[in-house]
Amino acid sequence: MSQAVPYTIVIGLEVHVQLLTRTKLFCRCPTTFGAPPNTQTCPVCLGLPGALPVMNRRAFELALRTAVALQCRIPPRTKWDRKNYFYPDLPKGYQISQYDLPLATNGYLEIADPAGRFAPKPIRIRRAHLEEDAGKSLHDEAAGVADSRIDLNRAGTPLLEIVTEPDIRSPLEAKTFLSELKLLLLYLEVSDCNMQEGSLRVDANINIHIPTASGMVATPIVEVKNMNSFRAVERALQYEAERQYVEWQATGLTKENAPKQTRGWDDQAEVTVAQRRKEESSDYRYFPDPDLAEVTIPAHQIERLRDEMGELPGALRKRLEQQYGLDAYASDVLVNQGKAVVAYFEQVARQCGDARRAANWIQQDVLRVLNERHIGIEQYPVAADELAELLRQVGDGQLITSRAREVLERMVQRGEKLEQAIAALGIQSVSSNQLRELCRQLVEANPRIAADVRAGKRQAVGALVGQAKKRNPNVNPAEVQRICLELIEQSE
Amino acid sequence: MPVEINPALVRHIAELARLELDDQLIQRLASDLAEILAYVERLDELDTESVQPMAHALDLTDVFADDVPGPCLERQEALANAPKKDGEFFLVPAVL
Repeated sequence: MSQAVPYTIVIGLEVHVQLLTRTKLFCRCPTTFGAPPNTQTCPVCLGLPGALPVMNRRAFELALRTAVALQCRIPPRTKWDRKNYFYPDLPKGYQISQYDLPLATNGYLEIADPAGRFAPKPIRIRRAHLEEDAGKSLHDEAAGVADSRIDLNRAGTPLLEIVTEPDIRSPLEAKTFLSELKLLLLYLEVSDCNMQEGSLRVDANINIHIPTASGMVATPIVEVKNMNSFRAVERALQYEAERQYVEWQATGLTKENAPKQTRGWDDQAEVTVAQRRKEESSDYRYFPDPDLAEVTIPAHQIERLRDEMGELPGALRKRLEQQYGLDAYASDVLVNQGKAVVAYFEQVARQCGDARRAANWIQQDVLRVLNERHIGIEQYPVAADELAELLRQVGDGQLITSRAREVLERMVQRGEKLEQAIAALGIQSVSSNQLRELCRQLVEANPRIAADVRAGKRQAVGALVGQAKKRNPNVNPAEVQRICLELIEQSE
Repeated sequence: MPVEINPALVRHIAELARLELDDQLIQRLASDLAEILAYVERLDELDTESVQPMAHALDLTDVFADDVPGPCLERQEALANAPKKDGEFFLVPAVL
């Protein structure tokens, strides 16, 4: 990513996260994804007259857990407001959201790049609030003028909206923030963060600051929507920054003399496209929802949440480095795989007694299989104690690394137990007497090699190692080399 | 701080509420609304210095329900009042 551009990029993100509840925020309709259209509705989420919303306890707790993890300031009481606007997928004519007393403000999330492309920094969280989702509109593009179809299954689903301060300075930082936020939410078990199913949605506000002879100039802020992956976010923001610079050069328009604009990311064309402005859209006439009671948040509830939170990714990375001597890169890879992989690693590390070896094998061999098979560590065929025993034998010199890889491969492919795989591969540990005898025979049978070695060509001994492996694949090559050199020197 | 209720403001509010009003009605509503607001503003005469702000008329907080699924409407019931439907979906004039 080139930093040579003549401007600073300023980005703030708005993330909507669907919380892992069984039912909607204000009624007990299920939130099951993919149910047949309009089969998960009731008078409350349809906005029928007389229906009354009741807050989902679990949704509130998950939102609060997230707020605590984001180090937010949490007020002693919070309330819900009506955000009034008309749209066909909003049955009540208002969305129940939070306006001036959100459940969380002033938090932050640290981001870092193990590759060092930017310095570690906190991204401040301006606010987080709990609100309901709208329904889904389906537009039949082929028919053009046909009606839009509305499915209200999703209407009323609990969302946590998380808004950052404009602290993000590059598309890469934006992508990193989103990855770190997603990881945190997965550790907290508050959302499945499935972007395909709409459980995590991202809008970005972006403009650029350009130094000029008459001072710093800021371009009009653009809100970018329709970004369906973190990769799309990165590319859309990259495109948008460049587009704003070109447009500013052509028009000279700035934040002061042009309104905020909404643009949608077109993933195929790889451009942002201006969206029709919702006229009068910013006048939402918020007021407190009289159907909902305030919620109080006693200090002991926040303390309890903090106690129960468990280790979060940032702290966990540091602990793995300190406790196991891993480098930052390795601990990052393991932590980013999720809690279950970290638990697997810790068990292997403890039981085999060599944490770095455990980390290497998990990164290279275990994660490769998980990626290839698209499975989680729970489905990995080799249990932690078996991998630990395998690595212990490698550490003891009972098994050489190349053979241990064959053993693991067999355990993975055939589901064999450790001893089975070792036996099936004909691996026997070679006693030191056997090894010495083998080396003696080889040195005796190859006087020219011995002579070469004595003449200073020590690498000639490699041929003996090759022959030794052919006679007995279980020998440790390093040992063979050491013993052969010793024997040659003694026979001088 | 009294807001001046002029026809432009009434037109703006009407548009937000998706109401179509003719000019005559807008004139009348402007004066009506001004009168109503002036009436309500009489509350400003009260000294509320020592009164806690409140977001709700009832002295009630922390009303929750457990996250346990309950019954939903049958689809045909849910769609029953829709002016237009196709048996699966609500149909509305194209919105894009």
